[in-house]
Amino acid sequence: MSDYNFAYLDEQTKRMIRRAILKGLAVPGYQVPFASREMPMPYGWGTGGVQVSAATLTPEDRLKVIDQGADDTTNAVSIRKFFERTAGVATTEATQEATVIQTRHRIPEAELTEDQILVYQVPIPEPLRFLEPRETETRKMHSLQEYGLMHVKLYEDISQHGAISTAYAYPVRVADRYVMDPSPIPKFDNPKLEMAAVQLFGAGREQRIYAVPPYTRVVSLDFEDYPFEATKADHACDLCGAGDSYLDEVIMDDAGGRMFVCSDTDYCRTRREATA
Amino acid sequence: MSPLLRVAGIEKRYGARIGCADVSFDLYPGEVMGIVGESGSGKSTLLNCLAGHLAPDAGQVIFDTWRMGPVDTVTMSEPERRMLSRTDWAFVHQHARDGLRMSVSAGGNIGERLMAVGDRHYGRIRAAALDWLDRVEIDGARIDDRPSAFSGGMQQRLQIARNLVTGPRLVFMDEPTGGLDVSVQARLLDLLRGLVRRMGLSAIIVTHDLAVVRLLADRLMVMKDGRVVESGLTDQVLDDPQHGYTQLLVSSVLQV
Repeated sequence: MSDYNFAYLDEQTKRMIRRAILKGLAVPGYQVPFASREMPMPYGWGTGGVQVSAATLTPEDRLKVIDQGADDTTNAVSIRKFFERTAGVATTEATQEATVIQTRHRIPEAELTEDQILVYQVPIPEPLRFLEPRETETRKMHSLQEYGLMHVKLYEDISQHGAISTAYAYPVRVADRYVMDPSPIPKFDNPKLEMAAVQLFGAGREQRIYAVPPYTRVVSLDFEDYPFEATKADHACDLCGAGDSYLDEVIMDDAGGRMFVCSDTDYCRTRREATA
Repeated sequence: MSPLLRVAGIEKRYGARIGCADVSFDLYPGEVMGIVGESGSGKSTLLNCLAGHLAPDAGQVIFDTWRMGPVDTVTMSEPERRMLSRTDWAFVHQHARDGLRMSVSAGGNIGERLMAVGDRHYGRIRAAALDWLDRVEIDGARIDDRPSAFSGGMQQRLQIARNLVTGPRLVFMDEPTGGLDVSVQARLLDLLRGLVRRMGLSAIIVTHDLAVVRLLADRLMVMKDGRVVESGLTDQVLDDPQHGYTQLLVSSVLQV
């Protein structure tokens, strides 16, 4: 423990990140630049989320880390171990017991409370990036609320696939002001973005932090005649039988065998334990 | 009738060099103004100053806006100017690639301005895109093709459709026929002339091709070294050039 400052980062860096977080909370959906540090993991593995978590954690916190909803995948396990070693905080797999949850690509199925903080790992924070490559131009578009281009993307979806085929990182408008990339969560999770918990988004490589305060209005963009739809595989979980959770499709053999299971492992496990 | 655009004493310098200087004119609704001159004469600089892409060092560009009446677009705030360039104005680039989104389908390109001013109904946007493809003589079946699959002439016509879909009142065109072969040029000019007349558009066309202004423009300004050396009705200037440079320009055209 004494080899590291609490939660790896030095106190000055944590202050800098906290300032960015507070600014992000004050201006919901606005991407706040911050001086992202080198972390002992490659970019794309959650360096942004880890820095936000490090600045958020206190010694009393209980941390949960999920990757695609699962507690037991490489990314989740290594980040959880990282904070066990460098911060010595308690960890858990139970969503309700955690005070800070770092997530990659999912929002937990269980409803979060006002006492919890959800930290997202974000690869590309700029929702307009693939349509407008110039950063100077996208900043201007945000500041002037010129968001027509976002609908061009949805238009392209419908014209090519007959429906809005964007299935993850589905753009949202936060508090009727900023258009935001909710990180690559499935659009099934979009309605949950209006929640009681604090949501923080960290993009390490792109050096941006943004946030959604509790109970903030978050609207998924759509067309009047093609309204937003939260979609999931049309199945129930093959393990716990849940019909309301987001499912992973698992290939079982090379003869077309497959099963659908909850992507949220904690949700699936608690349901199975309750019935057993 | 009050002028749609009143330009007074526009000047743009690049350091000590003059981009354009002391340019003044009025443009009335439905009128097409041609600006001709050789390369480097400041005609593109002037056009960019008028369209708000460049900030002039001196002068006024007073546009009769639909909402607020006559406003100086040089001093108006940037959001207002950008709004103007999406609604009342249109800008047709010489290279269609500069004015189109090459990775977005033809329909998306046409629909972008509609979505930018708040249209959120897919069916309506699509219908408008089809209508405009038809008006610029592009087969409606190609609505979902990307512009990169279009020929140069089709790209240029698509760019025009994309710009005119919101019903602008003033169109800036920078060498709209540049880089196209002559038969395609002729069709494009024919199309432009039809659209300008039917929609009652005002236009400012920068070109070095005298045939283009002969066909399209009501009035003509001849520029040399950043200054206007002669202006007047198109036929008058072309048939009876007064200034030495204009005489040179007119006599330089090859007669077939």
